[in-house]
Amino acid sequence: MIRTWRPWMIPVLAIASACARRPAGPPEPQPKGFGAAVVLVSGEKQVGGVGAQLEQPVVVQVNDAKGAAVAAALVRFTGAGSVGFQPDRGLTGSDGQFTTNVSLGSVAGQYQIVASTTDSSGKRAEVRIEEIALGYQELLGQQLNQVHCIRCHDPESTPERVSNHDNLTAKAHAFTDGAVLNPMSDASLVAMISHGGAALNKSAEMPPYGNRLTKVEIDALTAFIRAVADPPYRPQGVFDASN
Amino acid sequence: MKLRRFLFGDSARAFGTLSIVLLALLAVVPAKDYFREWRGYQKRYVRLVRGRSDATSLTRRFQPGLQQVWLPELGVVDRCTTCHSALKEASLAGVKTQPFRPHPPIPHSLTEFGCVLCHRGQGGATTVEEAHHSTESWEDPILPARYLEASCGQCHLERLTGTPLLNQGRETLAQYGCARCHVIKMPDGVAMAGTDDPPSLEHIGEKTSREWIGAWLKNPQAYASLATMPNFQLADEDIRDISAFLIAQSTPYLTGATSEPAPAGAPDEAAQQQGASLYGESFCASCHATQNAAGTLVGGTLGPELTRVGSKVKTAWLAEWLRNPKTYDPDTRMPHYRLDAKRTGLLIGFLGSKTDSDFVGTRHFDPATQAQIENGQKLVNERGCAACHEINGIKRPSDFAPELTVVGSRPLAKILFVPGVPRTLPDYIGAKIRQPRSFGNALKMPQYTLAPQQVDGLVTALLAQTERARTMPAALRIPARRPSNYPAAGQAGQLMADMGCFSCHRINGRGGDMAPDLTWEGTAVARPWLVNFLKNPNTLRPALIRRMPKFNVTDTEANTLADYIMAVYQTPDFDRDAIDSARFTSADMEHGKELFYGKYACQSCHIVDPDKDKGYIGPTLTQVGARLNAAWIFHWLKNAESLRPGTIEPVWNMGDEDARAVTAFLMAQKNVPRKETAKK
Repeated sequence: MIRTWRPWMIPVLAIASACARRPAGPPEPQPKGFGAAVVLVSGEKQVGGVGAQLEQPVVVQVNDAKGAAVAAALVRFTGAGSVGFQPDRGLTGSDGQFTTNVSLGSVAGQYQIVASTTDSSGKRAEVRIEEIALGYQELLGQQLNQVHCIRCHDPESTPERVSNHDNLTAKAHAFTDGAVLNPMSDASLVAMISHGGAALNKSAEMPPYGNRLTKVEIDALTAFIRAVADPPYRPQGVFDASN
Repeated sequence: MKLRRFLFGDSARAFGTLSIVLLALLAVVPAKDYFREWRGYQKRYVRLVRGRSDATSLTRRFQPGLQQVWLPELGVVDRCTTCHSALKEASLAGVKTQPFRPHPPIPHSLTEFGCVLCHRGQGGATTVEEAHHSTESWEDPILPARYLEASCGQCHLERLTGTPLLNQGRETLAQYGCARCHVIKMPDGVAMAGTDDPPSLEHIGEKTSREWIGAWLKNPQAYASLATMPNFQLADEDIRDISAFLIAQSTPYLTGATSEPAPAGAPDEAAQQQGASLYGESFCASCHATQNAAGTLVGGTLGPELTRVGSKVKTAWLAEWLRNPKTYDPDTRMPHYRLDAKRTGLLIGFLGSKTDSDFVGTRHFDPATQAQIENGQKLVNERGCAACHEINGIKRPSDFAPELTVVGSRPLAKILFVPGVPRTLPDYIGAKIRQPRSFGNALKMPQYTLAPQQVDGLVTALLAQTERARTMPAALRIPARRPSNYPAAGQAGQLMADMGCFSCHRINGRGGDMAPDLTWEGTAVARPWLVNFLKNPNTLRPALIRRMPKFNVTDTEANTLADYIMAVYQTPDFDRDAIDSARFTSADMEHGKELFYGKYACQSCHIVDPDKDKGYIGPTLTQVGARLNAAWIFHWLKNAESLRPGTIEPVWNMGDEDARAVTAFLMAQKNVPRKETAKK
């Protein structure tokens, strides 16, 4: 393997890559249909552990200019970082849909994946799909949310869990509600969870959890709330030094 | 020739030339050192830091040169921090490029635990390639992020809140019978045990037909989609012979005649309706699932799915099972319902009608020959059926499958990879679980039906089984909470076993988690309420879909149970009679009411006034004064978690005065008539 970069390697590599044949991968599927747009059917905004495969597959549909589904059109999935797709390309079925399983990258955060198709003239159409990867801290928060918070803070009921959201006078904010929760500082979220609503002149219907959860757990919950915020949470005063 | 004379013309020239050559040779070593990969990363880090506002402090904390974390008792030498310079710099959280990202928050100190303990890889290596990937001499690559929880499992044998995948994987290992064929010793040396309940096949001929056994063996998930029984991918002749043997070895289980004859003929529509409502009232769905019209499974998973049960069981067997399941299977989790003949008949009619003609289909076996039975017995031995099921004349095999205690450290050189499987341990384990037979048709491991998440969980749990986990100092392990085998004593104990209380309730560390922990139940409740509840369990928690069934107990039985619970299940922490609710004043109650609705907003989760309150999470409190003791409520309001670990009631930490007032208010809730007793 190349351990150190040397200038003389440039021409050598250039010649080598020009002469080398393309690596033998699976053959590129040949599209029979061409669409003007690709739209998301399901699988957006899923939350999963870093590197893990998302629970639900991502389904997209290729439509023609009139909005009718196009069968056998080529769909490609791409994503930044180490996002993986199984499969990453293929032809739409007779219903115009293409399904792939997505594995998130190894760094926590919001991921944007792109599904694209080309029309007969080679013009590219794409749809951007957001998914969320949780690191250890956010994952811990997610688990605690399932136990302590979700019954009031998630307005949706499931067959196994009836939501208490509508029984409250002060409506609890869904944790995805970034518009409301993003402007709140970490400190005020922690204070709200620890001391409850009454202590902060808000509704007493939010109980204090400072004696039930540890500091680490409350921080984890805060991290989870930040991770799933929509629109995404962008902390103030942090600048990206990587550029 | 000129050049030679120039360089080596006389001895002085020759000496000079050789000196220069020697010098050049000697210079190779410092030059090579200067161009080391990690020096490049350190230079880049210094450049990255330079432009920042907090450059001074970052530069001060940066240490150039080779860095090393040494953990002698774990045998860990990590040089990762040589390039990963910013692991502890939280202010660099926005940096997206490796190796300069700070480490995300975890509960462990990086200096005490190092890197390879969790991430694997070669800690001692000083090049990117050798540290992260498999090379010829080193083959322990970095663990992919999706399996990282495996590393927690090396020390943490208990259930951690932050490792759902590992917990799920360990549960699957126990639940799907993996631990019945494979020996899987946890790092502390205790072998994992199965938590599933594979039925004994000693009397299988009484329960079902040979044709059903055939269809089941062909595809268990076609009968019940969540069945944990794997598919052994048997040929039709083998299925014929195994079913022949299983019927041939079956013995009768009833010594006398059945207590009542099974009802004959299909029930009429009214009886069907009554049977269906009895199924609902008996809360069979708390444990058993059935498919609804839309094909969705509705119900619990503690017992088998009943969608097609009418195609499976014989009516006489079902009648006896409903009468008392313990006669067929003394260890079953199914409670003894004490149903009378009429209601047994209604349930038989209802369950018997849940058939699926496609499942058994036209499958028909001719009478078995001796040769078929013998071949069936041979196959049952070969396939290891007795590892899970009790079968007459077959011994439980030992060492049936390879031990998996240290499978997470298995060297790649000892693994036979098949084409298409990437050469890494997680990929190998995953492929082996997903499609065991792709590694050879002669392999005994059957085909499981698992969701991708379940496979990820299993891979994670198995990757935790490392050599390091086994050999590390025992003091570093956090032990698992092992299930206790606490028995309840005497007559009450027999009743509790008979009604399967431990299937749902936990007492002193033993039992399920579907229903509340009853360890201190005697302190919590009032005896008259308890007797009444045992005889006729009504709805306490409207939001729950799993309910306590009615066991039709007699007065004597209810009293025996109540006596035992009141005498034995008492907390040592306080006296249950310490607070006399008769001494509460109406002022106490009024103050308590204000606190209940105001400061503590208990109505968010509980209902005291059914017309006004809507809280839907905690138990309904309309009759709480008749149900609970004042001292229990008082201490519950202070710290519920200490009374019943895992409860979702917040820890209020109420002061004595507040707790006393709220207790007074709640103890006054005695005589409000329940409006919604029939609510399901």
